[in-house]
Amino acid sequence: MKIKILVLTIFYLIVSFNLSNAANSEKVDQISKNLRCLICQGQSVYDSQSDFALSMKILIQNKIDEGKNDEQIYDFLKSKYGEWIVYDPEINKNTVLLWVLPLILFVFGGILILRKVSIK
Amino acid sequence: MVKNIKLIAVVFLVIVSFFILLKGLNKTNNYSPNLNSSNIDFNFKAKFLYSNEETTLYELINDKDFSLINIWASWCLPCRDEHPYLLNLNSLGKFNIIGINYKDSEVNAKKFIKELGNPYSKIVVDPSGVNSIELGAYGVPETILINNNSKTILKKYIGPLDDKKLAELKMIIKNEN
Repeated sequence: MKIKILVLTIFYLIVSFNLSNAANSEKVDQISKNLRCLICQGQSVYDSQSDFALSMKILIQNKIDEGKNDEQIYDFLKSKYGEWIVYDPEINKNTVLLWVLPLILFVFGGILILRKVSIK
Repeated sequence: MVKNIKLIAVVFLVIVSFFILLKGLNKTNNYSPNLNSSNIDFNFKAKFLYSNEETTLYELINDKDFSLINIWASWCLPCRDEHPYLLNLNSLGKFNIIGINYKDSEVNAKKFIKELGNPYSKIVVDPSGVNSIELGAYGVPETILINNNSKTILKKYIGPLDDKKLAELKMIIKNEN
């Protein structure tokens, strides 16, 4: 009986250790997918095998181990590399056109269609 | 009426895309990070190349008015080209030049210094590249000029130093004094 419990405990520990490790590296993947590899062309940090991207992934892992959350990691990298590093641009005066233009076009197209339909 | 709207739509689109492209033309470099936010992490930990002791950026940049952090590697060819410029800058005696050895083997790094001379007052190693990322670097070579008193980044060069950058560096420290 005792041996059974011991074996089960060890088994449980190994599995949970592996799972928590896997969850951690999944987190790195998740964050690095949202980061632009600044020295590559059209690749994310996740996709790239460049020295820059490899170091970046280690850094993200370190930050996660330090207990930083996603937001803090993105902010840290933005403070070092600027807004350009994240794929999801914030709304500010430089990017407002980027966000608003599709909306304008959508409304404009809608008006065009409505007009066409009502004329018929 | 429908024709009119089509025309207006096309003209509107052309004008809008024209201005977007025009704006893009003026903005040539997307890659340069904002220097004003120069928040360097001075708690940066790294090991020396020539000893096993650990140090921080605070300890590294304490003497002289200016520090020049140079990220290099023995496998990096442009680093070889810029080495004479670093030696030249060191001979001026105005900079505390700190080398960060990026993703290199210890043996090769020491060989590089032995062969080409040592412009650095201190060399630390960065085998994983994490320290360089924390400094906001892209790769090798890269050079960062720091004002030791105000603890701010004055200038950052991505790529090897050349005659133009050397002259500019000299100008900057002349104006700062």
